[in-house]
Amino acid sequence: MPNLEHPAYPSATLLHLESLVPCRESQVSMLLSIFGERQQFSFPSIFIYGHTSSGKTYVMQTLLNTLQLPHVFVNCVEYFTSRLLLEEILIQLQSCSSETKQTSHVPCDTFNDFVRLFKQAVVSRELQDQTLYIVLDRAEQLREMEANILPAFLRLQELTDRNVTVVLLSEIVWELFRPNTGCFEPFTLYFPDYSIGHLQKILSQNHPPEYSVDFYAAYINILLGVFYMVCRDLKELQHLAALNFSKYCEPVVRGEASERDTRKLWKNIEPHLKKAMQTVYLREISSSQWERLQCDDREPGQLKGLSAHTHVELPYYSKFLLIAAYLASYNPVRTDKRFFLKHHGKIRKTNFMKKHEKISNLDDEMGTTRDGSS
Amino acid sequence: NDFRERNNDSGDAELRFVTCQSLWNKIKSETEQIQEDLNKQLFDNLGSFLRRSHSEFQEKTTKWTCRMKSREIPTAALVLGVNVTDHDLTFRSLSEVLQNNITPYIALLEAKDCPGIKNLMQKLMGQLMNCYIDVESLEDEDYVQVSQNRIRCSMTSLINWYKSVTKKTDSETPSKKRTSSSRHLQSPPVVVIFKDMESFSTKVLQDFVVISSQHIRELPLVLIFGIATSPMIIHSLLPHSVSSLLCIELFQSLSSKEHLSTIIDKLLLTAQFPFKLGEKVLQVLINIFLYHDFSVQNFIKGFQLCIVEHFYSQPLSVLCCQLVDLKKRVNSLSHDQCENIRRLPSFRRYVESQVSEKQIALLTADSFLKETIQKLLEDLHVYHENYVPVLRCLHVFTSSLPKYPLGKQIRELHCACLENRVWETKEYESCLQLARMLNKSDLVTMLQQCVEIFVSSSGKEFDKTVEKLKEFLTQFQKLEVAEAFQERDVSVSSQKELQKKTDLYHLQKTLLELKESRRSKKLTKFEMLRFEVVDYIDSLVRNYLVPADHKTLHEIVYFNTASVLRGHLNAAPRTALHTALNNPYCYLKNQALKSDGGSISNKAPDICIAYKLHLECGRLINLVDWLEAFSTVVMAVEGPNADAASSDQVDDIIHARFIRAVSELELLGFIKPSKQKTDHVARLTWGGC
Repeated sequence: MPNLEHPAYPSATLLHLESLVPCRESQVSMLLSIFGERQQFSFPSIFIYGHTSSGKTYVMQTLLNTLQLPHVFVNCVEYFTSRLLLEEILIQLQSCSSETKQTSHVPCDTFNDFVRLFKQAVVSRELQDQTLYIVLDRAEQLREMEANILPAFLRLQELTDRNVTVVLLSEIVWELFRPNTGCFEPFTLYFPDYSIGHLQKILSQNHPPEYSVDFYAAYINILLGVFYMVCRDLKELQHLAALNFSKYCEPVVRGEASERDTRKLWKNIEPHLKKAMQTVYLREISSSQWERLQCDDREPGQLKGLSAHTHVELPYYSKFLLIAAYLASYNPVRTDKRFFLKHHGKIRKTNFMKKHEKISNLDDEMGTTRDGSS
Repeated sequence: NDFRERNNDSGDAELRFVTCQSLWNKIKSETEQIQEDLNKQLFDNLGSFLRRSHSEFQEKTTKWTCRMKSREIPTAALVLGVNVTDHDLTFRSLSEVLQNNITPYIALLEAKDCPGIKNLMQKLMGQLMNCYIDVESLEDEDYVQVSQNRIRCSMTSLINWYKSVTKKTDSETPSKKRTSSSRHLQSPPVVVIFKDMESFSTKVLQDFVVISSQHIRELPLVLIFGIATSPMIIHSLLPHSVSSLLCIELFQSLSSKEHLSTIIDKLLLTAQFPFKLGEKVLQVLINIFLYHDFSVQNFIKGFQLCIVEHFYSQPLSVLCCQLVDLKKRVNSLSHDQCENIRRLPSFRRYVESQVSEKQIALLTADSFLKETIQKLLEDLHVYHENYVPVLRCLHVFTSSLPKYPLGKQIRELHCACLENRVWETKEYESCLQLARMLNKSDLVTMLQQCVEIFVSSSGKEFDKTVEKLKEFLTQFQKLEVAEAFQERDVSVSSQKELQKKTDLYHLQKTLLELKESRRSKKLTKFEMLRFEVVDYIDSLVRNYLVPADHKTLHEIVYFNTASVLRGHLNAAPRTALHTALNNPYCYLKNQALKSDGGSISNKAPDICIAYKLHLECGRLINLVDWLEAFSTVVMAVEGPNADAASSDQVDDIIHARFIRAVSELELLGFIKPSKQKTDHVARLTWGGC
């Protein structure tokens, strides 16, 4: 296991950090080496990508918080326009720099304004000699804003001439970001998915205080055995683990089995988890309903899931209109007249049978003859 | 006041208007009451859901499970059915109930206001912050001065707002705190209602859910999705990554069919309201409901239209009032009104059935007429009072028969009874036959139900009926013992006979005899009694369920002109358009346009001429030919000048008129430009060619 080492930070802090980010040590040490020491300029922009819940946001947050690096953390989905986004960054800057007064917010419409205001904000800060980190979570939203936003953020260090690094977090690869006109290439860093071992390790770390680590780890093992096939989302698994743990403990609480009696416990929990996979995981029934079911110890069959209510009652004509529309969507447009009109003109039967595929030609003929006669 | 215009002095217009208004108000409040009662259960459930949903938020628990579980947004999926027009009212009363009991912070969002997440946030914040101002009235002027657009439209400002609001209520004077905390929770949830979840764009919904799930720990948000189709729509609109942020519970409102049944039960099948719907009218309303929209609101609107139309068009509707006012109104009838009454077909039938002196008195003496009218109207009221319980009673019988010959719902039975003498119909016949085959336990329960109906009814004539029915019930009880004996005797004796005879011939003979005897066997006592019961019910039906239009003066309280109603509610725009274009006289009432069908008048509006000409064409129309034909028709006016115009150049003005007519037709959807031939247009309708 690579221990985190960096001359700039005390080893106790690094050790604490390491305990907080299990299975992400290599990425963290990589980031640390890019960041350098506090006062050193870092790479202007870093692009971190990886699948859902591979720890991007969490790692960045813990890293910046534990090392107490000055930073701004913004979710781009929440601040859905460039104006909101830029203003939010400035507001966070103000609040973390000067504890003195909460200045009223300044309108910031363009990136130009932003650069100006940003410089002002950084100047007023006491910690000028530190690198400031701006983390943009869900950065894929930036693509939907004005075209200049993304390239400008990528070279913010150059534009403002300040010690700042922009970190973009995203679930998609950098290639999908790159604008046509070209831009500054950020340093890209990939967060791989957690393996089953990783999941086991991370999940068992947060064991409830009442029970031992081993007991909880055994539970997580069973849980992963059931759910790993369908779900690798750490958050979701954590949620499921918390939901079903009380059921797992039931035999122990009742005194029917000891904490070591894994087979008995497994027998108790396995069907329950399978049921959970079919219901709670699919959000057929909500987790609060699931919990109440557990408390009452009823069969979940009594509670109908969302998909049990698929029956839609429609008014008589609407029903038939819907069916007719569906069926008619398979008819070629040209045949409408023949299907729906009472006197649609004669069709020679043999001809019709023979040239079934040339219906359109036939119709054309009929059209022209009628035109001529009228 | 429109009432007066039509039948100036004779119609008691003012009084009719007032009567109509008061009747409608009464019915309106009644329907609202019904709606409230029906929704009560649903709203109670929703209320307890909302209370429960953020209990963790209130307690600020730090238990392990709470820490580990991801905080989901509590979401109520409210399945309301396809009758979208009713939803508005439901949501309004829902937000009212919630406002009174749970939280002042409610935002109602509609898809049409929220094409993007930005609009949604604006709308949401606008509604929430305004509601704050409403609740706290004018106390804090400074808050009001913060103008809408200066507030940053983001979740953080919403959270700040929420914090400031809840803090304020905490630090309020104790007296005020007590009042507010008694109604609302300590930190009331913020409820966001999506009225029509299906019409929201998925992106907006997803973004909103993602954003608010980030802040769920600071802002106790609850979502309510109004769903018209099926709750599965949530999963098809939201991907798993988003729907896993929600904690969805399902709530189902009462089906609108049941709602309608209750409305009909409370509004129509009661003697409480003097106004009645005729069979055809009721059928039209019910058909619109069942065939088109399932909307109870539209049904009630239709009912309102019937009331207005009735009071507007029927001068005698002034007598359609409560029984207490009747005498005064009858006495103050003018001579014209009396004449109106004499002209009523049902009254004329009544007169003809009287002896001659009485006939003369009725036709000449107003005072005698008024007396008779009052008596007849009172009879009519009694008829209604009796009609309803007997109808319900009959429904008890028919609704449990196999295949429901007279319909499952009481409204179908009601319509059948209004239409004509129900006992003359085939369905009724088969009903009786089936009723004669009912088993005893069913029959007894039905009789008990009937007794209850009659006892609770307001009719005065039913004491005897109740007695009679109770007598039947006791007889059934007595039978029980005796019957058991008899049954056993019969079976034992026949079996003995069978055992005695052994050879084939005799066996066959005895079997035949047995069969014969069973066929012509004397009825058992139970069967006799059953016949009696059915006959008795039959007699009740014949007595009381006489169709209303056989009653004298039914025109006063029954609204029967279904055609008017159909014209208003079930419009046929295609036909109307065709009529307008084909025969403009129908709408314009210009004598010059009155023409016999075939020819095209040149005085008609240009669009009519163009339309008529285009009817003669095939699928593709040559614009040049069309223009020529058009100009020929138009020029036909200036007969003498025709020579000058007939030079191949078409007048510019006529050309312009033609172009305008064609583009109007295109706008109406009769033609469209064709890509096959550039100077042609394609017809989009087939009619007439």
